[in-house]
This record gives sequence, structure tokens and C-alpha cells, in this order.
Amino acid sequence: MFAYILRRLLYAVPILIGVNLLTFALFFVVNTPDDMARLQLGAKHVTPEAIERWKAEHGYDKPLLLNPAAEGTAQFTDTIFFQHSAAMFAFEFGKGDDGRDIGNEIRTRMGPSLAIALPVLVVGLMVNISFALLMVFFRATYLDLWGVVLCVVLMSISGLFYIIAGQYFIAKLWNLLPISGFAGGIDGLRFILLPVLVSVVAGIGSGARWYRTIFLEEIGKDYVRTARAKGLSEVRVLFRHVLKNGMIPILTGVVVVLPLLFMGSLITESFFGIPGLGSYTIDAIQAQDFAVVRAMVFLGSFLYIIGLILTDISYSWVDPRVRLQ
Amino acid sequence: MTRTGILLLGLGLSLLAGCSDSWNNPYPDSPSDASVLYSAFSERPKHLDPARSYSSNEVEFTGQIYEPPLQYHFLKRPYTLIPLTVEAVPTPRYLDASGNVLPADAPASAIAESVYDIRIRPGIRYQPHPAFARDAAGRYRYHALDAAATARKSRIGDFEHTGTRELVAADYVYQIKRLANPRLSSPIFGLMSEHIVGLKELGAQLEKAVRDNPDAALKLDDFPLAGAEVVDRHTYRIRIKGKYPQFIYWLAMPFFAPVPWEAEVFYAQPGMADRNLTLDWQPVGTGPYYLAENDPNRRMVLKKNPHFHGESYPVEGSDEDREAGLLADAGKPLPLVDEAVFSLEKETIPYWSKFLQGYYDSSGISSDSFDQAVQFSAGGDPQLTDSMREKDIHLITAVAASLWYVGFNMLDPVVGGLGEDRRKLRQALSIAFDYDEFISIFLNGRGIPAQGPIPPGLFGYVEGVGGLNPYVYEARNGRIVRRPIDAAKKLLAEAGYPNGRNAKTGEPLVLYFDTMASGPDAKSRLDWMKKQLDKLNVQLVVRGTDYNRFQDKIRKGNAQLFEWGWNADYPDPENFFFLLYGPHKKVGTGGENAANYDNPEFNRLFERMKDMDNGPARQQVIDEMLEIVRRDAPWIFAYYPKSFGLRHGWVHNVKPNLMANNTLKYRRIDPVLREARRDDWNKPVLWPIVLMLITLVAVIAPAVIAWRRHERKTA
Repeated sequence: MFAYILRRLLYAVPILIGVNLLTFALFFVVNTPDDMARLQLGAKHVTPEAIERWKAEHGYDKPLLLNPAAEGTAQFTDTIFFQHSAAMFAFEFGKGDDGRDIGNEIRTRMGPSLAIALPVLVVGLMVNISFALLMVFFRATYLDLWGVVLCVVLMSISGLFYIIAGQYFIAKLWNLLPISGFAGGIDGLRFILLPVLVSVVAGIGSGARWYRTIFLEEIGKDYVRTARAKGLSEVRVLFRHVLKNGMIPILTGVVVVLPLLFMGSLITESFFGIPGLGSYTIDAIQAQDFAVVRAMVFLGSFLYIIGLILTDISYSWVDPRVRLQ
Repeated sequence: MTRTGILLLGLGLSLLAGCSDSWNNPYPDSPSDASVLYSAFSERPKHLDPARSYSSNEVEFTGQIYEPPLQYHFLKRPYTLIPLTVEAVPTPRYLDASGNVLPADAPASAIAESVYDIRIRPGIRYQPHPAFARDAAGRYRYHALDAAATARKSRIGDFEHTGTRELVAADYVYQIKRLANPRLSSPIFGLMSEHIVGLKELGAQLEKAVRDNPDAALKLDDFPLAGAEVVDRHTYRIRIKGKYPQFIYWLAMPFFAPVPWEAEVFYAQPGMADRNLTLDWQPVGTGPYYLAENDPNRRMVLKKNPHFHGESYPVEGSDEDREAGLLADAGKPLPLVDEAVFSLEKETIPYWSKFLQGYYDSSGISSDSFDQAVQFSAGGDPQLTDSMREKDIHLITAVAASLWYVGFNMLDPVVGGLGEDRRKLRQALSIAFDYDEFISIFLNGRGIPAQGPIPPGLFGYVEGVGGLNPYVYEARNGRIVRRPIDAAKKLLAEAGYPNGRNAKTGEPLVLYFDTMASGPDAKSRLDWMKKQLDKLNVQLVVRGTDYNRFQDKIRKGNAQLFEWGWNADYPDPENFFFLLYGPHKKVGTGGENAANYDNPEFNRLFERMKDMDNGPARQQVIDEMLEIVRRDAPWIFAYYPKSFGLRHGWVHNVKPNLMANNTLKYRRIDPVLREARRDDWNKPVLWPIVLMLITLVAVIAPAVIAWRRHERKTA
């Protein structure tokens, strides 16, 4: 297995270079270093000299990908792409255009992102599985039918609606929770309850429907019939056998998103004032801060690759038939 | 419900309640009777270094921490400069090319240099900061730290010792030199290097020093600057090329606030920048507040500077100020608020809701909540709605020192040029664009139709019918009324486009409007613009683009019509007229004249007006300039925006001052009243929780019953 993981990690290197190159190309097709300088320097009193000084100070005064004026390998290394990309493979993200250290920002913001994403995942998983099992228990009845209808309705509503409705009713009308904000420690609980609740409710529709499909597939299998034939109650059949076997696709689906929990949620964090990585990314895109955008895309890609490797490992753990070679 | 469930519910509810009766209180730790002001910011500041910070969301903080030599009087209008850290507002000495002193009324052409001797008041001290901390032997405690020592420090509060020292003239000179530091990219370096003697040369020297030794720290004291010198411990001298009366206004901005060299040495130590411990994020000033908590991702907290030199609330004000209670605190020591908490609030919905709950002391009014807050009387005056008045919320309005306009590219072959036909075409279009209607539809009345480039409140602006733009408006019964569309049609025909068609070719007149506006809101505005030209049978093609491409088009002169705006840097008409000065054309020079307007007569008058002191003679020149730009119509003067704000009844001493950025020190809060109102407005409503529990039981119970039946069923 070790060789397999090592091989997958080595595969990640060209993928990350490719992602980096793609991000670089996409970003600089839309923005030139001059555009970035103008945006950072503001709209007033910006002279061509000021733009040149900003570019020199931030290392954007070099050619993008190839430096014909240089010699040897410097033709490739003395470029914006190399100078700004090489260090990322050592997780040295450098500084954003506002001068703040990106690595420090990521470390600081991971906590708030996780404070929302982790409870949403755990609570959402429990709620969705319970609801899905309930529908499976009452399969082919009106309860199941209306459960599915409810899921479709919940899926059809925009995520933004849940946020606005949650803030309006729970925080504004009923004064039960703060409408937005964040705090560390135990004080933070009152701030995360509402975004967690809203995110869990927003995810019930799609989550419960998917799990219902998985469980329905399991419930028709021979081992379930055997369990019933042995005289086990339906609850025991569902919880001891169907749930256990249904957990294989659920677990692998969850493992792949685990590393991405660090990346946070763009809209939720923005509306609830959560100082996480999601809002960091969206701010950087709006501010055309290439250094931050590139760092976040790189981190996201890296975490996704880690998630896929973890998924493969989890397959081999939960399903003895799978061997990693 | 099980006993564990009840316990958990009880624990949750008690956690929610915390120490407060209000469960939704976002400040659980704050004592209810503290004199703390609560506000919000929607975008985190990028720079807090006074050499770099320029945008309003940055000077909102730097203005309270740093003290330039001058400030604007809080109450007086028109805006008046008064001393802040200096003994008196400096008046320049004028010198000719030989260094001889000239009289104050010497012509600008004879003046080679303006010299400002600025004397600061002794005894002003900096906020407590580790950069000043010394040990028993008098050595700086934290000026020689290595990476290992700074590794454990992530906040300024992690340093055990702090110190202070007296503000000296050298600190002001040091900051002026910092404007030329290429590592700081100060936004005003280009402008100031044109005015301050030797600043441009200093910039070149520093750039070379950085190029030669990229990793070394710049020791600014090693680089002399002829235009900024220390005269004695409390006096410094600034030398300006020629006559530049507007320079005095720059002395009221944080760009000219003092920076202690100790702070730069402190922050330059290894490992500091990696933890965002930089002067750009951790300011060190002499102002009434210091930045006690700096988490721009969540909240920023300003606390009273214990070493503040002391200042009193103004005792002079108008009768209106007295009636409004703005002189109730006259003579009291400042600042009146102990602490100000600014929370990051990106979205308008939570911001507005928190304001209504009493958790923000003041608020702007977004379009979404405008109808909820404001209604217009029969006379067109804005008034608060009943629901706002019931909450003792107060409305504050002010016309901003800003202007929006639609620019014509004067280099364009269709709409540009100074020929009579092009001029009439632009005048016709100026009449057709009914900005009175625009203000009513899209701005909820928050604007005043513009009559020229100078907004109200600035010298040169003329109130009422005396100040109308006669090419677009006319006076009827003492009121300013837009000229009829027939007048525009007549002008259009005289311009060679009768009924919107080229008289020679018969082709319809098609104009192109470049904009970076997008989205549903923008679409309705753009549709409105098309409709305005439909009145003249002229077609308008909208060319939407992003910010960068739009800037690029303007820079290269590829746009035809475009929308643009300007906020005043200082209250002087020069700051608006220079946007139309020929040598400042965008194309070729990269200046601020986006319309590329270049009228030699206007340029000549501008050069004269900019150096004049306010008075009848200057007003006469301004009137001549206004006549030229109104006739040439390089811009469609759209509107002066009007800002509407709200404050709660417990917030006092609020008077819009659109030039000053250090007004926090004048605010007063009544925390007892605020707490009582918060408690009253935020009582938790518990029935939804009970209803939810009942619903849950109602859903689960039949399922449990059904399951039991299912289990008891025989096969």
C-alpha cells in the first residue's frame, strides 16, 4: 500500500503543475500585471511610474512564461510563472497583494471554516441517514412518497433562500441567535448554530434522496432476505446490515470531501460573517489578487488529490475485496 | 423527551443566553454600560500604513490613530482647517528664484518656492508600543530580536513591555521621505514629487538603493530631502515648487502624519512580516485611539490612547448646531467614547437587521431597505417612516463632495472636438439625459442634478438659479427646470442630425456607451439611458466590459461615451477643474482628464485660478471657466450624490463632515439607554421552539406507531 500511496503522490506533482499553469494562463488572459497594479493603487493619481514601481516591488515586472532576454535556464526561471509558482510546492505561498502573509492567513482562517464545515458534515450525515432510513423503512407507502416529494422540494430551493429565511426568522423575528458574526471558544457556539442549522436543512433534500437510493439498492439484496428469514426485526435489518453495507459508498463519498472542509463555503461564510477560507477566496477573486487565488486553487487541488487517495485507502479498509497495488 | 435531552436543551439555551438577556447579542463579552461604539466595515482595509492608505475604508481607521499637522473643524462650514498637532495653521513664505522673500500677494509666476515652517506642540506622546520599550540601561528591548524570539509573537500584545516617547519634528520629515520609498508604492508619490522640492530625486535614489541591495532595509535618515528638513526639535520645514495653495489641504491627510523610526526598525526584524506584524497592519500613532485588536477578517477594535495629548470638543458652531445639540459637549475633553468595535459585515441584510436590533449604532441605507426607512413628504423632503421614528432613529443627510458625469471622449470623431456642430450635439444629448428622473427612479432621491463640475459646499458653487447650467436648464418661477426636449431636437438638427439622422448620408446616429456595470440593476439603468436617446431618435449601443478593459479603453481613448465619478480630495474647486485640464489628458499623459478635453482658454484660466486665494477675483475666473465647460459640454453633468445615514437616539454629536476622517473622537454614546432599548427589542420569542418540538413529535409519533404495528404483524 505504501508504494501505491507514494506513486499516487508522485502523480500529484504533474497534476499540480498543470493546475498551476492553467490557473496562471486563465488569470493572465483576463488580467495583465498592469491591470493588477492599477487595481491595487486605486483610481486616483496613478502614474505610469507608480505602476512600474508596484510591478517591480511585487515581482510582476518580468515576462510571463519565457524570458528571451535571459540565458540558459534563466529563460524559464526568471519569469513571473516560475518565481511565483516554484515555492508553492514547498507550501510557501508568499504574500498577497495587500502585503499579508498568505500562509498565515490560511492557518488563521482554517479554524473558522472547519468550525462550520465539520458540524455541518457530521450533523448533516446523521440527519440525512436517519431520514433516508425512515423513508426506506416506510418504502412504497405514502410516507415514503411524501418524503421524496419533500426532498425534491428542499432540493429545488436556492441555498441563498435558506440563509435569508434562517436569518430573518430565527435571528431577526424570534431573536433566538445572532444574525451573523464569529467568536473563538465557547462563545463561538451561539454564532455557529444558525449557519450549521441552515446548511444542514439546505442539504437534507439531496443528501437524504441519495442515501435512500443507496439503502434501497442494498435492501433488495440476498443477505437482507437471509437476515429477515432468520427472524431479525426490520430495525435490526436496517441498522445492523443495510446501514453497514450502505455505508461503503457513503463513507467513500464523505472521505473525499474531508480535506476540502478546510476550504470553507463561499456564500455561507460571506452571509454569516465567518472569517474562513471561503470568504478569503471570494475576496481575492474580487480584488484580482493573483497570489491568493493561485494559492487557494493550488491548496484546493492538493487537498482534493489527498481526498482521492484517502478514498482509495478507505475502500480497501471497508471492503476486503479491494486491494491497493 | 429523555432526561438527557432535556439537560442538553437546557445547556444549549443557557449557552445561548450567556450573560445577557438577549440571546441574539453578538457581543457577549462586552459590558452593557461601557462607552463603546459599535460599527461595521464591509470590506477589510488593505493598508493601514499612512503612506499607503487612501480609500475611505482605510482612513476610517488611520484617521483615528495617526495625526497629521492639521484637521478640519468638526462643525464649521465651509470646511475650515484648524491645527491638530501644530501650534497654528502654517502660512507659506514665498521666495523668488534668487531666494528673496516675496510679498503674500506676489503673482504666482514670480514665485519659485513656497516655504512652510510648521511648529508642532511640545509634549505630544505616542501610544504605548513595544517599539519604544527600553530596559533599565536605556536600550531598546525589542530592536535586536532574531527569528527565534519573534517566532512566539503573533500579536503586538504578546510583547510584555511597551513604551512611548515624545512626538518630534523629525517624525514628520521621516514620513515625507517614506512617500518616496519604492517598497511602499505610496499612491500620492507621483503627485507630491511634482510639488515637494527634491522628492522625485529622492525616489530615484531610493529606487537605486533597493535595486543595488534588494534585501537590505532602507535607512531613510541617510538620504537627505531638500524639500523636508528638521529646523529644531519641534519645527520642520517643507519647500514646495512654485505656488501650490492646495498643499495645505494635504497636511490634513494621514499621508503627512508622523511615523516614528523605531516602529520601522521594530517591524523590519526577522519573522515579523510572516506574522503580519508590519507597520501596514499595526499602526503606531499619537491620535486619540490605538488599534487594540486587529483582525480584519472579523473585527477591529480601537481603544482610547492613554497618552493622548488632549483636545477639547469645539465650542464654536452655528445656531443650527446648537439647536441640534451639537454644542452640548462644548469644551469637554476628547475622545468621548472609550472604545469602538468595527465588525466585518459583508452583506447588507445582516448589517441592516443588526442595526434595527440595536447592535450597530449607525447605518447607511441600502436600496433594499430604503422604503422601510425613508419616505418623501409632499414637498419632496426625505422623512423617516413611522417605524423608524418609533425606534427613535434619526436621519442624517449630506450632499457629498462628489460628482457623477457622463463623459464624451473629445478625441472621438463623432462626439469629440470643439467645433460648433459637435458642441451642439453634446448640448442636445445633455438635455436629453434627464438626470432629475434618474435620481428619482434609481437613487430614491439621493442626489442633486449637477449644474457643473463643482459640487455644493465648495468654493465656486453657486446656489439656486444663479448657478444653473443655461445650456441644459432654465429658470421658471424661481425654479430650475430642464429645457424641453424640443430644444434638444433643435440643437441636434443644427449639429447636422435632424431627427437623429445624418443630414448628408441619411444614416441614423448611433452612439456607443462603454460601461463596466453588469447585472439586473445595471440593465434597468442602461435601458433607461437608451430611452433617453430614443427621445431624440438617436440609437445608443451599450458596450459592457469588465473593470480592466474599461480602464484600458479610457486610457487609449477608444471609448465614445462613458460614466465616471470623482470624490474630492480636498474642498477646493481646483480638485474638480483639474479633471478637465488639457495637459492632464488621459491619452498620452495618463492624467485624470478622462474626456481628453483640451480647450486652450479653459487651460489658461485654470492655471490662473489654481494659484488664487478664495475671493471675488477667483469666483470671477471660476464663473468664466464654468461658462466654457457648460458651453463645450465635454461632460453631461449628471448628479451630486446625497448620502443618507441613520443613527440611534443614543448616539450623539453626529454631523456629516465629508472632508474630515477623524470624527470618531467627537461621538458620544448613552450606553444605559442603548442597553435598555436592546433588551426591549430583542426579547427571545420561544413559541417557535415549542412549536418545532411539537411538530417533531407529531412527525415521529406516527412513525413509531407504524413501526410497532409493523413489528407486531405476523408474517
